Amino acid sequence: MTTTDSSETAVAPRGKRRLGDLVFANSARGAGLLILAILAGVALFLIVQSLSSLTANEGNFFTSSEWSPEAGPGEEVRFGVAALAFGTVLGAAIALVLATPVAVGIALFIVYYAPRRLAALLGYLVDLLAAIPSVVYGLWGLVYLVDQLQPLYRFMAEYLGWIPLFAGPVSSTGRTMLSAGIVLAVMILPIITAMARDVFTQVPQTHREAALALGATRWEMIRTAVLPFGRPGVIGGAMLGMGRALGETMAVAMILSPSLVISPNVLQSGNQTIAAHIALQYPEATGTGVSALIAAGLVLFGITLAVNMAARFVVSRRKEFTE
Amino acid sequence: MKLSKYSQFAGIALAGTLALTACGSDQAVDPENQQAAGDVNCVDGGGTLDGAGASSQENAMAAWKASWEGACEGSVVQYDSVGSGAGREQFISGGVAFAGSDAALSEAETESATERCNGSEVANLPAYISPIAVAFNLDGIDSLDLTPEVIGQIFNQEITNWNDEAIADLNPDADLPDQEIVPVNRADESGTTENFVAYLSEAAGDAWPHEVSGNWPIEPVEAAQGSSGVVQAVEGGQGTITYVDASHVGELGTAAVGGGDEFVEYSPEAAAAIVDASDPRESNTENDHAIDLNYTTDEAGVYPIVLISYEIACMQYQDQQDADLVKSFLNYVVSEEGQQAAAEEAGSAPISQATRDKLLNTIEQISAGA
Repeated sequence: MTTTDSSETAVAPRGKRRLGDLVFANSARGAGLLILAILAGVALFLIVQSLSSLTANEGNFFTSSEWSPEAGPGEEVRFGVAALAFGTVLGAAIALVLATPVAVGIALFIVYYAPRRLAALLGYLVDLLAAIPSVVYGLWGLVYLVDQLQPLYRFMAEYLGWIPLFAGPVSSTGRTMLSAGIVLAVMILPIITAMARDVFTQVPQTHREAALALGATRWEMIRTAVLPFGRPGVIGGAMLGMGRALGETMAVAMILSPSLVISPNVLQSGNQTIAAHIALQYPEATGTGVSALIAAGLVLFGITLAVNMAARFVVSRRKEFTE
Repeated sequence: MKLSKYSQFAGIALAGTLALTACGSDQAVDPENQQAAGDVNCVDGGGTLDGAGASSQENAMAAWKASWEGACEGSVVQYDSVGSGAGREQFISGGVAFAGSDAALSEAETESATERCNGSEVANLPAYISPIAVAFNLDGIDSLDLTPEVIGQIFNQEITNWNDEAIADLNPDADLPDQEIVPVNRADESGTTENFVAYLSEAAGDAWPHEVSGNWPIEPVEAAQGSSGVVQAVEGGQGTITYVDASHVGELGTAAVGGGDEFVEYSPEAAAAIVDASDPRESNTENDHAIDLNYTTDEAGVYPIVLISYEIACMQYQDQQDADLVKSFLNYVVSEEGQQAAAEEAGSAPISQATRDKLLNTIEQISAGA
């Protein structure tokens, strides 16, 4: 067999493709196309399934905050995602603001400060954070963290209450959007750290040595050579992390005390995210109720897609810079 | 290396022993089970019984399924907890032989179901009663007397402090703190919410002007997911109060509820008593036992805040096997053993003997016709 094969290639080195090549190329192409088909299929499913409730909706889907998609006799179907979309973005924004500086710090420590062995161990541990299931984070947040945060919230409301974000009265259980945001921050930490670490290790040796040769301290070297080079990578990582925070369901559903209001106040209970709302409402939903939840899912799909595409865009721009 | 090999063997041996012990205990339990369910009338040859409906009965149904199937070889019951509404729909369309539902069939539904039931009556059997407790977290206070009006005002956020006169007047002996009241409600749609709200809208009068639905009707102060979620929230906060399936209360303080002179703590007997204290629904036919819950009853020893879930069945089935299986299964469900099994598994309140007699009489008449 092998001899005939090799003789064939010897006779026709070009033109005729081998079966193996053909199969592999086509299966790879199929896999590539499959992901497109799945994405399109999900989008199509969301649109088709949400149509029945969207057409029956008497309220404004984008600006209203009420949620009564199942009309009894003599009632109107009314629902809107304004408060849900606001809560979703608010929670993810809190997570991002808290996680990004810490993640950059961890990445810099691992790449430039830590002894090599410790760095490897730390990197491993950070990656391990990503492997913890979100329901475990939810339990931790619900049973342990919110109680610990309560005194801090009281302190913040008392001394920082003049900032609208931190106005009192504080939620008596601590199950607020800030608590959910803190847990989300822990969850997205590994994603941002991994991206930041990768990009920091790619900073050209010459840049760093040039900075040091000009008399920069290590901190000044990082500030002048590493951070500007790594900024797009960090932003890209943050956006990917935000994508996860936007869609996180279980931890938020368990920790947050939800209500469908638009409130910037993160120390009071209130607000709700799309994902958690779907998880809480789906089990008993019927008819237009299910369809309305799918419509909310469509909005989440849109937000997540936009954030992820923005991340890709930022990351790809960085590549253009370096090449 | 050698050491780890030995420990591997030890591990396997240990696992094996555990597995063996597990088998042993299973076998030891089995005969007991059969004794407990001794008076189950099984169907010769068995068969598969399909049911669907309320998720509130899910835990009780698991207990009933285990014991009934254990007692009757070859008999299987499949209960799909799709929700009350969907369960009733499936029953009416003939997809399942019985439905579990937190509400009895409405008149219109009964009419459509008559066709499915071979032109016979449809029976709503109140076989699952679950008390809903009003639970709170206040240091040093285990019990408070509350009227429906005060409960309504508390959850409507009109009474906002625990030392409010309305509460103090009812509880002269309690040392009420100067503390904000934080009502906690269910964040997910739930039969517990629906029944609690139905109670308030009936019994609390003007203090609770909201519509009845499975979703909490007003802007929540605090909300949490599921029964364990609200209990967690109440335990975590101070001055918190909630309504919850009584089996979840744990260490929290609870309200004794009452209208007139008497305040009743929740208990299985007191919760089951409301079924006897309530009138049958007006449109009921002879074998239909749907009830109009009398939330404002004056009768002594009745705890009025309950969730009642029905088993819905035909009085006559087209298929002999369906009729026999439904009869056998429901007989077990309402039997003393069945109700006790549900109480242990799901924390429900066993139905009273008076109710049982009525239900058994009806179930006895279930038949098959051409």
